[in-house]
Amino acid sequence: MKSLEDLAEIRERTKALIQLKDGTYEKRVVVGMATCGISAGARPVFDTLKEEVESLGLSDKIEVTQTGCIGICQFEPVFEVYEAGKEGKVTYVKMDAEKAKKVAEEHLKNGNIVYEYTIGYTKL
Amino acid sequence: MTNVQQPVSLEDTPFYKKQLRLALRNCGIINPEKIDEYIAMDGYMALGKVLTEMTPQTVVDTILASGLRGRGGGGFPTGRKWQFALNNVSDKKYVCCNADEGDPGAFMDRSVLEGDPHAVIEAMAIAGYAIGADEGYIYVRAEYPTAIKRLEIAIGQAREYGLLGKNIFGTDFNFDITLRFGAGAFVCGEETSLLTSIEGNRGEPRPRPPFPAVKGLFGKPTIINNVETYANVCQIILKGAEWFSSIGTEKSKGTKVFALGGKIKNTGLVEVPMGTTLREIIEEIGGGIPNGKKFKAAQTGGPSGGCIPAEFIDTPIDYDNLIAIGSMMGSGGLIVMDEDNCMVDIAKFFLDFTVDESCGKCTPCRIGTRRLYEILEKITSGNGTLEDLDRMENLCNYIKANSLCGLGQTAPNPVLSTYKRFRDEYIAHVVDKKCPAAVCKSLLCYEITADKCKGCTACSRVCPVGAISGTVKNPHSIDKTKCIKCGACMERCKFGAIVKK
Amino acid sequence: MENINVKVNGVSVSVPAGSTALTAARTAGVEIPTLCYLKDINEIGACRICVVEASKARGLVAACVYPVSDGEEITTNSPKLIESRKMTLELLLSNHKKKCLTCVRSENCELQKLCKEYGVEFDDRFEGAMNKYDIDRSASHMYRDNEKCILCRRCSAACEKLQAVSVIGANDRGFDTHIASPFEMPLGSVACVSCGQCINVCPTGALSERDDTQKVFDALSDPTKHVIVQTAPSVRVGLGEEFGYPIGSIVTGKLVTALRRLGFDKVFDTNFSADLTIMEEATEFVTRYTNKDHLPMFTSCSPGWIKFVEYYYPEFIPNLSTCKSPQGMFGATAKTYYAEKEGIDPQDIFVVSVMPCTAKKFEAERIDHSAVKGLPDIDVVITVRELARMIRKAGILFRDLPDGEYDSPFGLGSGAGTIFGATGGVMEAALRTAVKAVTGKDAECLDFLDVRGTQGIKEATYDLNGNIIRVAVASGISNAKKLLEMIKSGEKEYDFVEIMACPGGCVNGGGQPIQPASVRNNVDIRATRAAGLYQDDLNLPVRLSHENPDIKRVYDEYFGTPNSHKSHEILHTGYTVRKKY
Repeated sequence: MKSLEDLAEIRERTKALIQLKDGTYEKRVVVGMATCGISAGARPVFDTLKEEVESLGLSDKIEVTQTGCIGICQFEPVFEVYEAGKEGKVTYVKMDAEKAKKVAEEHLKNGNIVYEYTIGYTKL
Repeated sequence: MTNVQQPVSLEDTPFYKKQLRLALRNCGIINPEKIDEYIAMDGYMALGKVLTEMTPQTVVDTILASGLRGRGGGGFPTGRKWQFALNNVSDKKYVCCNADEGDPGAFMDRSVLEGDPHAVIEAMAIAGYAIGADEGYIYVRAEYPTAIKRLEIAIGQAREYGLLGKNIFGTDFNFDITLRFGAGAFVCGEETSLLTSIEGNRGEPRPRPPFPAVKGLFGKPTIINNVETYANVCQIILKGAEWFSSIGTEKSKGTKVFALGGKIKNTGLVEVPMGTTLREIIEEIGGGIPNGKKFKAAQTGGPSGGCIPAEFIDTPIDYDNLIAIGSMMGSGGLIVMDEDNCMVDIAKFFLDFTVDESCGKCTPCRIGTRRLYEILEKITSGNGTLEDLDRMENLCNYIKANSLCGLGQTAPNPVLSTYKRFRDEYIAHVVDKKCPAAVCKSLLCYEITADKCKGCTACSRVCPVGAISGTVKNPHSIDKTKCIKCGACMERCKFGAIVKK
Repeated sequence: MENINVKVNGVSVSVPAGSTALTAARTAGVEIPTLCYLKDINEIGACRICVVEASKARGLVAACVYPVSDGEEITTNSPKLIESRKMTLELLLSNHKKKCLTCVRSENCELQKLCKEYGVEFDDRFEGAMNKYDIDRSASHMYRDNEKCILCRRCSAACEKLQAVSVIGANDRGFDTHIASPFEMPLGSVACVSCGQCINVCPTGALSERDDTQKVFDALSDPTKHVIVQTAPSVRVGLGEEFGYPIGSIVTGKLVTALRRLGFDKVFDTNFSADLTIMEEATEFVTRYTNKDHLPMFTSCSPGWIKFVEYYYPEFIPNLSTCKSPQGMFGATAKTYYAEKEGIDPQDIFVVSVMPCTAKKFEAERIDHSAVKGLPDIDVVITVRELARMIRKAGILFRDLPDGEYDSPFGLGSGAGTIFGATGGVMEAALRTAVKAVTGKDAECLDFLDVRGTQGIKEATYDLNGNIIRVAVASGISNAKKLLEMIKSGEKEYDFVEIMACPGGCVNGGGQPIQPASVRNNVDIRATRAAGLYQDDLNLPVRLSHENPDIKRVYDEYFGTPNSHKSHEILHTGYTVRKKY
């Protein structure tokens, strides 16, 4: 990289991609994969989401990716779903592979939020 | 499912709404292993800006004007540190990042490194430009393998993009970063120990002056800032000092990340503007104390800090207010305590940590903290006297005044602050031989309330030492000479007939 | 350097910029107590005994490392400071084995002295857990009792900075911190050179030489033994300090009388065998110089240096002179020539050495090249400190003793022999004899000033009838190491190099009387003791080894010529590569 212009180009391109504005993906799923998340079991959740999205044939429409600590320790493992054209996001908490599979089926494929797993509906 | 609409997004929860995420802005949003995603969030724009538009002095001026203070402990103005290092003429200078996060329960630095490593790397490069350094070291705990891995990836990607290395953005500015792993000594979070450790020696502090800005790593002018401090730098450059200084209180600008824990409903990392009150953090963000218990005190500053009693719950939290009420900001651990916490025991817990982590170089810390711990043990075991309390206070003041480094100088704080605010609890331990919170084992006893006991025999069956006797359907009793105070009986009793006093 | 003005307890003084509060206080006539501080060697501000109040600092600062600035006011003796220091002492005592009545350092202990000055009583205000350690007796030259250690780190600093071997340091942390070798290896199993510099800087009785005095008393009371003693050159300028004489006083006469009264059958002078060493070593050098055989040639008098080469630079073993040290040559000659001459079975001759050195104890245990197979050349080595202990134990009033004379046939030593005790002395002595060997006549001036003095490394070049001889002298192993590295890299070339393990040479050996830091920080004991030796050199009737009549006789009667077959068998030795781990 030699100039600020190069940097700005990468910025605009990547911003459009992760904000789901360039048409590449319809949904973006980010799994909290900091030490806290991993130790709570985020790895199998992440793997399940990847596999499910793959087997549902949604790999080119949905990006499953990792992120750092989302900040809510007692709710780990956590992942969040962003959708193109929609404000906000959906926060799924206290996930495991089983639940992740269900979210993949219901929400990622069919577009129905699985309320019982979201942050507001989960009791500790 | 309830009919009331509940939030489905973290952003709509009370836990999140009161927060202002600056240092943690990208954590939980971007993929830390992809530099492009960091760039998408304006990453490396600040570095580009300083290299192409600013002189080192204007960078330092900006940081000075922002009012940014060190997030690692003491709260020294970051800009002043940079100014000292800039002023010192030398053929070689260094920029160090203190990522040796060691306070029990604190993990904000780990979160930044794992969630947004480039924010630290970019800020270090900016610092390098500001003071005239071309080499940086990140001293990170070896116990943070994920942080290390992500830093390694990030540094690799930054080098690949030419954002580290020679002639960054086509200018004549060179900067690169080396990782150094700490071997688990808490004292290495103290800046001179950290430098000594990077140099390859046993991690022990050295006297200041000379300060690192004059004579630091390998004897050269060096700045050392904490991870969270660096995490603020790029935004200050991009958004301006005025923006940053508009957040917070008169002398403490910006936000602070706290690791919220203890007796609180919502545990986690919270980032709030300086000046937020303890009440807002505990009641609104933290969701209050569980089980209807009463808030007793909050411990901030880890083993260097102190306990803030309930009467100060409405004090706006900033560096100076915390010191004024006998605690300190420290790196940002915030442990909430309720009526079931014994303050003597809390002091002992933190002191135990420092006794264990003392490097052993200076006498007051090596022997003094150990003797102090022994006095606390004597008190909590019911053998303390009023003279011991005097001896304890004397020793605390001595250790504070005489220790070589910050670890020793602050080690007595948990004792001093609890002794000041909860003196009656100490007196109860030594005079009445009672632990009011019923925590100190030697001072408590389990008893069966006869009129509540149904004689179900459950307790006597669970007692591991056969201390409980009684016949079916008749009230049981505990032989205090046999009881080992394990509490198994109390847990088992369905009728609330067993109490500890 | 520019001066700055500061006030110490209200007294104005002017000191060079950058001076510490300790220096400023001393300039103002105020002594601040120290424990960990050792000038140029250990400046770490760890013990906190020297805390003072400084007007430009927050809280208390350690005077030993705190740089004063212009206009600063220093207070050294407020009630708060006195109380602080007292508490530091109480804390140190709370984890200190208080066997002061019988401690080897009693009355010469820096901790004890301060406790007395500050009125610290054993009232156990801070009584608590104490660390338990076994005494490390594994090394052949010293003991370490960590229960008496106050962790000032002077020993490890000396080991690292003076001697560059760093075989001891702090292990563990916090209250459990203690001085030890890596991985808790016993000192006898690590690559220690046995120099004993750590003992000399220890403020307490934690480190001490291995006490071999009982072995000597036992031999003296054994009627079947013919017990003889030799005294190294620098003993005569060291021993006096143990009996209150000023540093560097020459006490040769009283030394001889004291030994005689202790019951030694004969009292001999290592100066004699130092001369013998010169005869052998100068000859060896001339031969090697002529044949260009493994140059530079290194001297071999210092057993710490030899051990260092064997451990760390075995590639230089061929460069070491094969001469035994003067101690070794004495023992070897005693058990051969002397035994024959006096008609005593060598088995019955018990040779005691009084040495300024702890490594000599180790050297005495190297018996693979002893003169009489199966018998050690030297039976027991005691240090100057141990000799003083024996003298006191025997009730001998040292200061009242009349002067005595060494016994024949090893009683005469030249001035060349006596200066072996100072760095550069061996080189100078060898040069005095080499000049004669090469040019056929003695040098006009016998003082080779270029190789004198306490600098770590000295160099000189001499032209002996067209033969250019490049010499170097180093003392202190860190300096020796520097020199070796320069030789290895080709940066420097020499023909003859003298090395002494201890900084300043034997006058500052690990077996010399211990001077507290308060003295060491202000007096150069190396130079002061060496001055005594150079004075002794001037006082002696013979100043050339080859002119020593006892030397001439031993060659005439026994060895023939230097480097003869017989002298090779008896007076020379070999070396061995040592593994560090």
